[in-house]
Amino acid sequence: MAGSIPLIIEKYEPRDKGNLIQILQDVQRTEGYIPREAVEKISSHLWISKSEVFGVASFYSQFKFNPPGRHSIKICLGTACHVQGGDFLLNALKSVIDISPNETTEDGRFDLDRVACLGCCALAPVVMIDETIYSNMSVIKLKETLNQYE
Amino acid sequence: MNDFLALRKKALDEWQELQHAPEPVIYIGMGSCGIASGAGKVWDRASEILHQEKIPAKLLKVGCIGPCYLEPLVDIQKPGFPRVSFNNVDEQRLSKLIPEYILNGTSKMKPLGYLGDPVEVPDGIKSLWELPMLKEQKRIVLRNCGIIDPESITHYMARDGFSGLLKAFNLGAEGVIEEVKVAGLRGRGGAGFPTHKKWQLCHDAPGSKKYLICNADEGDPGAFMNRSLMEGDPFALLEGMIIAAYAIQAHQGYIYIRAEYPLAIERLKIAIAQLHRHHLLGKDILKTGFSFNIQIKEGAGAFVCGEETALIASLEGRRGMPRSRPPYPSSSGLNGCPTNINNVETLATIPAIFREGGQAFAGIGSKSSKGTKTFALVGKIRRTGLIEVPMGTTLRKIIYDIGGGSRKAFKAVQTGGPSGGCLSKEFLDLPVDYESLSGAGSIMGSGGLIVMDEDTCMVDVAKYFLKFTSQESCGKCTPCRIGTRQMVEVLEKITRGDAEPGDIQMLEEIAGTVRDGSLCGLGQTAPNPVLTTLKYFKEEYEAHIENQRCPAAVCRDLVEYSVIKEKCTGCQRCVDVCPTGAITGPRSEPHYLDLEKCIKCRACYEICRFDAIAGDAIIIK
Repeated sequence: MAGSIPLIIEKYEPRDKGNLIQILQDVQRTEGYIPREAVEKISSHLWISKSEVFGVASFYSQFKFNPPGRHSIKICLGTACHVQGGDFLLNALKSVIDISPNETTEDGRFDLDRVACLGCCALAPVVMIDETIYSNMSVIKLKETLNQYE
Repeated sequence: MNDFLALRKKALDEWQELQHAPEPVIYIGMGSCGIASGAGKVWDRASEILHQEKIPAKLLKVGCIGPCYLEPLVDIQKPGFPRVSFNNVDEQRLSKLIPEYILNGTSKMKPLGYLGDPVEVPDGIKSLWELPMLKEQKRIVLRNCGIIDPESITHYMARDGFSGLLKAFNLGAEGVIEEVKVAGLRGRGGAGFPTHKKWQLCHDAPGSKKYLICNADEGDPGAFMNRSLMEGDPFALLEGMIIAAYAIQAHQGYIYIRAEYPLAIERLKIAIAQLHRHHLLGKDILKTGFSFNIQIKEGAGAFVCGEETALIASLEGRRGMPRSRPPYPSSSGLNGCPTNINNVETLATIPAIFREGGQAFAGIGSKSSKGTKTFALVGKIRRTGLIEVPMGTTLRKIIYDIGGGSRKAFKAVQTGGPSGGCLSKEFLDLPVDYESLSGAGSIMGSGGLIVMDEDTCMVDVAKYFLKFTSQESCGKCTPCRIGTRQMVEVLEKITRGDAEPGDIQMLEEIAGTVRDGSLCGLGQTAPNPVLTTLKYFKEEYEAHIENQRCPAAVCRDLVEYSVIKEKCTGCQRCVDVCPTGAITGPRSEPHYLDLEKCIKCRACYEICRFDAIAGDAIIIK
């Protein structure tokens, strides 16, 4: 897996730091997160310091620095989801899978993230697991849904 | 040009053929919200049924027509009949609907309405546009959403697509700007700056290299107008971008779009490829000598990138931090070149202005705000979804006539996202335009309208927004970075019941500093949710501070859950749902709630209300 990082980075023009965010996105797409080694490789490819690469990467909420779980749970905390109880859902979920946002469960089954808005506000509260969006969620529906993911 | 006219003729023929298809046509609403409601499974099931039953029907995906609460929406058009819409069609309902309606001619499922010409309307079916949610709307920007296949340029062309572009090319760059001035269009991203002025500035700026950027970083939580528009009619945005680029003479355009919108990105990519194929993008567009390319750039999740200088920084591969203006992007923007940035809706409105004429557009709306505006109508309201109404429509009309009101007592409506404010019921007759909303302490914003009822705690809402802005503050200006955080802390004290006298004054003081001492809109408007709730819902703050009570029973530290022994039937539903095992008790006997273990997640309360036998044995006080 990690062997693909140089291949991703090589696709981009050396020293053109305008592509930094795109490179980071590409790395995350294949690796699931931004490994330390990628930061080093990007830094030498673009001729910018490692701290600048990390500075940009950590500025944006999209980038993760820990390996993700097998399934990613994104709990939407947009305004509509908040008003419809998204926060209560998050609170319950934290107890169910026993992790906080930005963490991965010990068995590597789930990682948990909060997102600002998934744009499905009319169906709030919504939860996204991997690529699927679940609408009008409740604690019981969420518990049942989690069972479908191994 | 001849190629274009031939293409349009072909598009019209194809569209006519589709309307009068010899075989049934099934249209499925496949926007993100439709898919979230199960439209993907409905699509798969439909192809299965058609194959099994050997029904020679055509299956088409369309965008979202707006009433999200009715999703998934399926339209069926039988030969000789108009398109008839059915709502909330899940796989099971579809399995009955297709054979019943297509093969037998009638269905037990009540149709929602028909679309298009009433060629031969089946008994008792009304036009879809007669639905209460759609009746009061005026659809200019959203006219194609839910009607056309968003992946088909021929559908767009058949509905007068690119006729605005042709007119614009005939007017010349100056003429285009003049027409937008006549139309009176103002930026739909929230601030309401006159679009023609922006274009004029960029047009006049010296420099041979200019850029056009479409801001599709729809960051306001609770708003999805741009997503739905790009998913339902990506061509309107692209046509608007070509016209805007022509006006300012830019040859390179970018769409800066949130990575959270994968479907919109995919459809835009398909649309861009189709435009290239038909010489509507690229070199020498329609042999006018004008060249223009569009590239999609995905944002990486930073709310502040909605601010134009931060957006430019992000496009250049840097941290999305705003800088002071002037120089404005119109003279020095991306890579130091003159740059024009418009919101998705602003650009998608442009084709209509040229198609129908600036005068006609200026005839819609209120005195200072012309045209229509799309709104995401969400929260505690019966009919949720995406709507478009003339500027100046009252909040009452939007919330009650279109949205059907809230189920419980209406308390407030929030406009403008984290930069906006919460308006109480005294403001229901306020016409929605830029000036009226800012006069009331809120802003138009990009168009999220979140309705709140008696179960919403306004202090909690203020805390929610401040938490959001404090997390999204880029950190450049100290008043915004530290001030918003301090405000969150005071609000947390209040919602915990630990407030001290003077906390409200402190909030107001910090609010002033944050507003006056921040460089960009994020900080300058961040205090709005606190200031408006303090102004219109002061009694809720007082209840928290003086009586340690949350009137809406939302603030966790101020409420306690309990089981009423006399009412509990011991059905065990709450035992199953409790995530911490706080509720115990054998079947058929009143349950016991361990307050030590209870995390107050509301799961038991909700299940008791909706699924349990007792109904109201669990209370929150």
